[in-house]
Amino acid sequence: MSEPLLSVENLKTQFFTEDGTVRAVDGISFDVHEGEIVGLVGESGAGKSVATSSLLRLVESPGEIVGGEITFKGRTLFGLEEDANGELRPRDDMLSEEEMRREIRGREIAIIFQDPMESLNPVFTVGGQLREFIELNRDLSEKEAKREAIDMLREVGIPAPETRYDEYPHQFSGGMRQRVLIAMALACQPDLIIADEPTTALDVTVEGQILEMVKELQTKYDTSFIWVTHDMSVVAEICDRVNVMYLGEIIEHATVDDLFYDTKHPYTRALLDSMPRPDETVHELNPIEGVMPEAIDPPAGCRFHSRCPDAREVCREVHPEPRDLADEGEPTHRAACVKYDAFDVGYDESRPIEGDAAGGFGAGLTRTGGEE
Amino acid sequence: MSGTDDGEPLLEVRELCKYFSEGSGMLGGVTFDREFPFFKRQHGDVRAVESVSFDIEKGETLGLVGESGCGKSTLARTVLRLLEPTSGSVYFKGEDLASLSGEPLRRKRKDMQMIFQDPQSSLDPRMKVGPIVEEPMKAHGMLDEEGREARAKELLEKVGLDPQHYNRYPHAFSGGQRQRVNLARALSVNPDFIVCDEPVSALDVSIQAQVLNTMRDLQEEFDLTYLFIAHDLSVIRHISDRVAVMYLGQMVEIADKEELFENPQHPYTRALLDAIPVPDPRSEGRTALLTGDVPSPIDPPSGCRFRTRCPSLIRPAEYDMTDPEWANVVEFQRAVKRRSFETTNRAAVRQRHFADAEPGGEAGTLLDEAIGHVAAGEWEEAERLLTESFADRSVCATEEPAYEVSPTHGESRHYAACHLVRDDAVAAGEETELASSVGERFAGSADVGEADD
Repeated sequence: MSEPLLSVENLKTQFFTEDGTVRAVDGISFDVHEGEIVGLVGESGAGKSVATSSLLRLVESPGEIVGGEITFKGRTLFGLEEDANGELRPRDDMLSEEEMRREIRGREIAIIFQDPMESLNPVFTVGGQLREFIELNRDLSEKEAKREAIDMLREVGIPAPETRYDEYPHQFSGGMRQRVLIAMALACQPDLIIADEPTTALDVTVEGQILEMVKELQTKYDTSFIWVTHDMSVVAEICDRVNVMYLGEIIEHATVDDLFYDTKHPYTRALLDSMPRPDETVHELNPIEGVMPEAIDPPAGCRFHSRCPDAREVCREVHPEPRDLADEGEPTHRAACVKYDAFDVGYDESRPIEGDAAGGFGAGLTRTGGEE
Repeated sequence: MSGTDDGEPLLEVRELCKYFSEGSGMLGGVTFDREFPFFKRQHGDVRAVESVSFDIEKGETLGLVGESGCGKSTLARTVLRLLEPTSGSVYFKGEDLASLSGEPLRRKRKDMQMIFQDPQSSLDPRMKVGPIVEEPMKAHGMLDEEGREARAKELLEKVGLDPQHYNRYPHAFSGGQRQRVNLARALSVNPDFIVCDEPVSALDVSIQAQVLNTMRDLQEEFDLTYLFIAHDLSVIRHISDRVAVMYLGQMVEIADKEELFENPQHPYTRALLDAIPVPDPRSEGRTALLTGDVPSPIDPPSGCRFRTRCPSLIRPAEYDMTDPEWANVVEFQRAVKRRSFETTNRAAVRQRHFADAEPGGEAGTLLDEAIGHVAAGEWEEAERLLTESFADRSVCATEEPAYEVSPTHGESRHYAACHLVRDDAVAAGEETELASSVGERFAGSADVGEADD
């Protein structure tokens, strides 16, 4: 396969808080090729959003990217090296803050957030915001930019774009606002768009329309996407390849078909099983026991062992790194679970962990206060 | 008249309406303009819920679905009398809540509780979990202090929390656990009826399943009746016995769960079902997506409210055209309304909208005129002409639909508000109204209630 558009190696982002270091993203690696949609799935608190902000170096204090390498079209978005004293410092070829702002963000990599109301300024008209963005990033005159903005609005399915151009964000419905953001993301024809749960707040009908539109636009402009979501149905519908995250790590990576039909990691399996199905009536759901532990104090060994139905003693001790479990000639299918022979750490001989998964009443109680 | 016998509905809602006045406040309803007289004041009511009728049997779960903004939450709040209904009645165990007020209403609230969507904001962050659960009992003067504490601990255990957590603050709990605290609080006064307004929407899927299972177990144990609001049809399918579908303030379909999912009659229900993503990459994906947004409830469409987005709008009888021709006309009319044209050249418009089937005769002449307006950039004229000569002549626009069909799954009545089923209907119009027990049994009290309004 050709050189990937974006490649992320062993990325680590940590937050330094009074209570200790939160390892929100702990060594993830993945890549995105041209024209494909790569999914990043996980429950809240898995580190999906921190991972995507890290790609654009938008992590703010007390958070910091502490390791790893991000390469985009041959340019280093992030990279560290050791200096003479063994201290880590940014590599020379790493883009400066100025270059990131001027050349990468918006132009080459655009991002769409979950809540469109927070991304649009309520005191400026929708058209004005879109026009300004196009004017600045594409060096067009005001008039040309306005024409381009109206065309973009029409392209993303805003009715009567000439009139809606002069309206304010509050006059748009949630789905319309999200369309405006997609128009904004596409306006500079970036090579990569990061979509951070863009349809989560929308109704299924609107979600369907938006996904349909994204698929069309993606074919038309050949843009790559990183699609962040917690919804397996959306993954099934739109993604080509998927990375499943749990507690700051990517625990499984596969093509979308393999992920659903040849699921390797018990967490992915459990996530799929816990969903109510729209196409059949299920009497009892199989929830995953307990809640995700805090990233500040992750369990030793495999991070999922405290909730895993297949957990054995060895899972408490060995921390598995994802390995390719696919047969030769098949697309890569990486999973981080020691129950597969490829790991060979004596899973079969190990004793099952009993009762730990249910964990009694205390298991789910978080020390500092659950999700934000 | 009090008390509910087996088999009788616990809750009967009849012709319930809730309007919000837009004109309240000093600047209410005022819109500003660049031309003389620079501003105008309009009074329009937001018709959030309009003549909704349904029953909920004792011990059953009625699922209520619809897109956001269709009035689900307003309906729930009006049913509980948290909002004053504009008209209509809500019989709870035979008593009309709409006519109650003051102390009698407050005492009634003991039997009806509510669980909200956001588990975070519905718990006081400065109160410990134990006192939170005890609060409703205090308000209704149940038990003494020790008794309340014992009951609170028992309930915490029932909803799957540790009774030892009695002294913890809500922030120490995760989202799913907070929703369990809400459940315990709702259960504390031993209610018969709980309205759950999107109780699991804010939770992760894995946690969602845990909470749904608990809710179901509690229902069996305490013989609870739920009105369960959700926009997620998968969740509705899992938890409900019967399902009601709402669109723009009105019920469009009510049926047994199996019946509704396997044999939906209303095009809106079908569109909703088609829109659910299936967690399976090999499935064909969603089909026949609805276009456009929900219209404004200030000035809803006449007749069937769904007709402006309906994929199967009925052809007006006076025009003679084939189905594909009619479909093109409808498509064209909606496109004009949205002004979604890249070119307005006559031939291009024709090619794009009527390449495969163009109606002739009177309809053809009208269309030709409309395309002329489009080509000349006269959008408003084109829109008015098309709407008046086509969309507004459909039976969907002139008559309000109300039919009942015979169900193929289950026993419950299947109500569908769509003219397409008129040939198969076993009852139509006023006959479908749940003529019901209450109508006769409480005829007297209902009249009194209305007189009071």
